[in-house]
Amino acid sequence: MEFLVASGVGVMTAAGLYLMLRGRTFPVVLGLAMISYAVNVFLFATGRLTIDRPPVLNGAEAYTDPLPQALVLTAIVISFGMSALVVVLALRSYLESGGDEIDVIGEAEVARRIERDGVSDGEARR
Amino acid sequence: MNHWIIAPVILPALIAPLIVLAMRHDLGLQRIFSLAATLALAAVAVALMLSAASNPPQVYQLGNWPAPFGIVLVLDRLSALMVLMTALLALAALFYAVTSGWDARGRHFHALFQFQLMGVCGAFLTGDVFNLFVFFEVLLIASYGLMLHGGGAARLKAGMQYVVINLAGSTLFLFAVGAIYAVTGTLNMADLAVKAPLVAPADAALLRVGGLLLLLVFAVKAALVPLHFWLPGAYGQAPAPVAALFAIMTKVGAYSILRVYTLIFGAGAGDAAWLAQDWLLPAALLTLALGTAGVLGARSLTPLVCFSVIASMGTVLIGVGLFTQTATVAALYYMIHSTFAAAALFLIAELVCARRGAAAGRLTTAAPPAQGDLMAGLFFLGAIAMAGMPPLSGFLGKLMVLAGAQGRPDTALVWAVILVTSLLTIIGFARAGSVLFWKSAGEAAAPQAWPAGPVVAASAMLAALAALTVFAGPVERYLDATAAQLYAPSAYIEAVLGETALAAR
Repeated sequence: MEFLVASGVGVMTAAGLYLMLRGRTFPVVLGLAMISYAVNVFLFATGRLTIDRPPVLNGAEAYTDPLPQALVLTAIVISFGMSALVVVLALRSYLESGGDEIDVIGEAEVARRIERDGVSDGEARR
Repeated sequence: MNHWIIAPVILPALIAPLIVLAMRHDLGLQRIFSLAATLALAAVAVALMLSAASNPPQVYQLGNWPAPFGIVLVLDRLSALMVLMTALLALAALFYAVTSGWDARGRHFHALFQFQLMGVCGAFLTGDVFNLFVFFEVLLIASYGLMLHGGGAARLKAGMQYVVINLAGSTLFLFAVGAIYAVTGTLNMADLAVKAPLVAPADAALLRVGGLLLLLVFAVKAALVPLHFWLPGAYGQAPAPVAALFAIMTKVGAYSILRVYTLIFGAGAGDAAWLAQDWLLPAALLTLALGTAGVLGARSLTPLVCFSVIASMGTVLIGVGLFTQTATVAALYYMIHSTFAAAALFLIAELVCARRGAAAGRLTTAAPPAQGDLMAGLFFLGAIAMAGMPPLSGFLGKLMVLAGAQGRPDTALVWAVILVTSLLTIIGFARAGSVLFWKSAGEAAAPQAWPAGPVVAASAMLAALAALTVFAGPVERYLDATAAQLYAPSAYIEAVLGETALAAR
């Protein structure tokens, strides 16, 4: 089971990283979602993998660590909120600039566009 | 238990929802409450600093749960200093935002501003690694809103990058926290300091991996090369008062490095002792060099200021990365200096850009800016401060960092990098200033209303630097004791866990 969970976390992180390095917002958002899934499973596993044990100490019995579950709950809430934010932001950025590239235009290119087209600073950055 | 310790977190946390819920349509009321709350925060911060200066570290147990089971806030000299710095910076940034009308260009500026203060103060006060993550998220969420304040395609694009890089950083933070928890079974910083040397040899590597992942996260926040690339875009596109407030955000990274790698991975950490030392100093030297190259190469005023912020973070982290008591005093002194200098420069840069018509901040010959003498004077002072020339405090700070680097095998390298980059920064700022104010041709841009409020805000930051220079003696004495506290963490550990905790170590 350890191997399965560990490789699951590994594969999901790798896929998330790959998607995050793409140049368009949609794959990046998907990549972020995938990485946050991976980290949630990872956090969950930090209390060691045990099955069918109570999350409380009573005597010498084996137990499952309750703290990672609290941590993962916090992490899920935060990553959920962040995902929502990044989706809205990506959409808004697409609507305002008419493209979904992640790249921002470098200062040299901005200066060139202003020289060439006589546009304002804000327009040159689109 | 000193209940005032939680006030810097509670106060903005109460004011922000009040602003959103009760006065969302009344900008005047929002301004009054926001300014009053920030003033009150500054007063509380001064009181906390006085209390921290005369007491050993003090602990506030949330919900009265004893550590390490509950979350604790810890007030020591370092956290008190950082909270006070935050409050003073926030006061100037907020005053600028109100008087320049930035807060009216979008909605919820004041609420976001207060939430940001809550996150920053919380991050400085907390004594728990996971709670540090939560406060990082609070300050980041607020900073996303603040950075995008006012909207526009360029700002949204830069904001998207900023959000994505920080989300990636947050994920990394969770991986690091998970790895550390898996081998130590605790997340309380003081308890971690006790448990780190007791980790089984088989797990020691995992602890080191967790520790270094954490360093990566803090390096993203502190804009350490090679993780600095988000800063020019984000700070350059943010509204000026927000960029000025963000000057404290890079310091959150520096503070976290200083705290975690002296307390948890410090002298007493066994296998993981001084974990950050091998990585931090080279990266900091590179940061300084690369930031300075950016200052020389910038084609526009705001990116120039952004790169000078990266360079100054390099200097701060050189001091931190030497990991000696004297170098830490230097790093802290330079950190105070660079926070206020960066904030002043961001404010001045916007004032200058707004007065150059279509040319804005681009470093090309254009009509001289309106109110050119005043602007040139302010820019001159800000540039002197940032480049580290006398008489302002940057000079003293750099001198202290140089002194702190003495007597090491690599002293020559550190000295060479700091001295050469200082010269290059002076050249970079001199070039920018002469293009902006002297090489100008044609009619001056139309005169604008005298920017009384914004100039007062920027001058207040410069005045803080002058005060830091004049009162360098008392400040250094305070920082000496602060560094001593950091390098003798037993007082911190005993305050949190009780006097018997160190017996196990």
